[in-house]
Amino acid sequence: MQIVAENLSHVYSPKSKFAVAALKNVSLTIEEGEFFGIIGHTGSGKSTFIQHLNGLIRADKGSKKLTVGEFDLLDKECDFKKLRSKVGMVFQYPEYQLFADTVAADVAFGLKNFENPNEAETAARVKEALETVGLDYEEVKDKSPFDLSGGQKRRAAIAGVIVTKPEILVLDEPVAGLDPKGKTEFFRLLHALHGGFVKTIVIVSHDMDNVAEHCTRAAVFDKGEIYRVAPPKELFRDAAALTAMGLDVPVTGYLAAQLKAAGVFVDTDFTVADFAEKTLEKWRERQ
Amino acid sequence: MSFIEAKNVYYRYPQAEKDALCGVSFAVEKGEYLAVIGHNGSGKSTLARLLNGLLQPTEGEIAVDGISSADKSRLFELRRRVGVVFQNPDNQLIASVVEDDVAFGPENIGLKREEIKERIDFALAAVGMEEYRKAMPSRLSGGQKQRVAIAGVLAIRPDVLVLDESTAMLDPRGRREVTDVVKKLNRENGMTVLAVTHYMDEVCDADRVLVLSDGAAVMEGTPREIFSQKEKLQKYELDVPVPMRIAELLKEGGMPLKEIFTKEELGEELCRLLRKI
Repeated sequence: MQIVAENLSHVYSPKSKFAVAALKNVSLTIEEGEFFGIIGHTGSGKSTFIQHLNGLIRADKGSKKLTVGEFDLLDKECDFKKLRSKVGMVFQYPEYQLFADTVAADVAFGLKNFENPNEAETAARVKEALETVGLDYEEVKDKSPFDLSGGQKRRAAIAGVIVTKPEILVLDEPVAGLDPKGKTEFFRLLHALHGGFVKTIVIVSHDMDNVAEHCTRAAVFDKGEIYRVAPPKELFRDAAALTAMGLDVPVTGYLAAQLKAAGVFVDTDFTVADFAEKTLEKWRERQ
Repeated sequence: MSFIEAKNVYYRYPQAEKDALCGVSFAVEKGEYLAVIGHNGSGKSTLARLLNGLLQPTEGEIAVDGISSADKSRLFELRRRVGVVFQNPDNQLIASVVEDDVAFGPENIGLKREEIKERIDFALAAVGMEEYRKAMPSRLSGGQKQRVAIAGVLAIRPDVLVLDESTAMLDPRGRREVTDVVKKLNRENGMTVLAVTHYMDEVCDADRVLVLSDGAAVMEGTPREIFSQKEKLQKYELDVPVPMRIAELLKEGGMPLKEIFTKEELGEELCRLLRKI
């Protein structure tokens, strides 16, 4: 499913003195199959944008187009319930959203609401979802979600989203608060999901090293508008502009900028492995 | 005796099957900046909560400037001297105006009005939030909220500032605001800092690092000493900062790099080696 937004706008608390234009004429197309990054500092409109993707926030009347696959989100008749089973949303610190008595019941909640299959089918789907995120079904199913470790809780929360087999998975700061190993494992999980029933992944992240390492393209939000959409390779070449916006650049982007200022152009895609390889090529040329 | 001293500290949460901390000992000198790192569930936050007596060790002792956390008669004094800032900026501010929030601590220790006013001025200036004294906390950014939380702690003039992943929920700009304030307090005001963090680059600001794994203190040393032991760190589910990872790949490829630690150092090294002559 392709995501298309044209001239999308959203104002919070319109007509009040606290009115804030969170999105101003945002146009963006995310193709099926992408691992898409959304970056920008707090208040840039990132979260407002992603909440439009499954109708948690409705676009303002003046918006021109917002479609996700065959769903027309500007249409009053749009089947939002069906849309939400197709666009899975994982918020920041999803482990704080666990609520049921057992892990199995928590994971089954969305599934029951959307499809309500019989008990055997529900159990099978819950098992599949838990195993997909790397949890042992027999071990965790009857436990209280609050007795799991931090990393396990986050995985359980994600199982509750992917249990409906969404085609698009949207995650807001998915690795915040995880330790380095937890982060590596989490991205491994996302790549494993991507290409199965999950066709498209959209992540919001402040961590530019992660964006450089994992994303096919990224959109930079600034003050409710899109500053730029490009693959990391092009985006991080422009380190000065990102820094001026108060954003970080990946370490590789910083190093490439320093080298460029010294007259050395390293043609890298800004992943750590590629940067090292291209820098070594320059070094060998010099020898 | 050191300023902060933990001797063979054990802690087990009620109903837990195993110890969250098992026999941790360490010392921090006055004016020192200690970073505490470790995987999720390694006991870092538990350690932070033991320092001002929010939790009591099940065994062993922890003391700050000679005040043991087990000494109930001095618990109030201990809490005045050890200020803790937690992770979530939205859970720590209680008043509807910034200056009232900062005043909460001084009011509770029964200071006079004039003194409270001075303390608010001092604390808000120290974190660079003077302009916001009449602002509503709910309208501040995450980094600003955490700076107000730090100001609230500074207003009771503590000797030790404990940060329990205080930057984890902030964006890069907010993180920088907070780490700059903490660095300044440590360097210029001589504040003793104990910072629990997952961000390897924040560790570089510290004088010394304590590594926890499964409730035990497994490594201790300067950031340079700790990060030069990559394999050991990975065994404890941690990693070295990105610049050091890049430097390692370059060295493996044959580049004669000096020992580097930060991205600035690596940048200089690369320019030195690759600059056109």
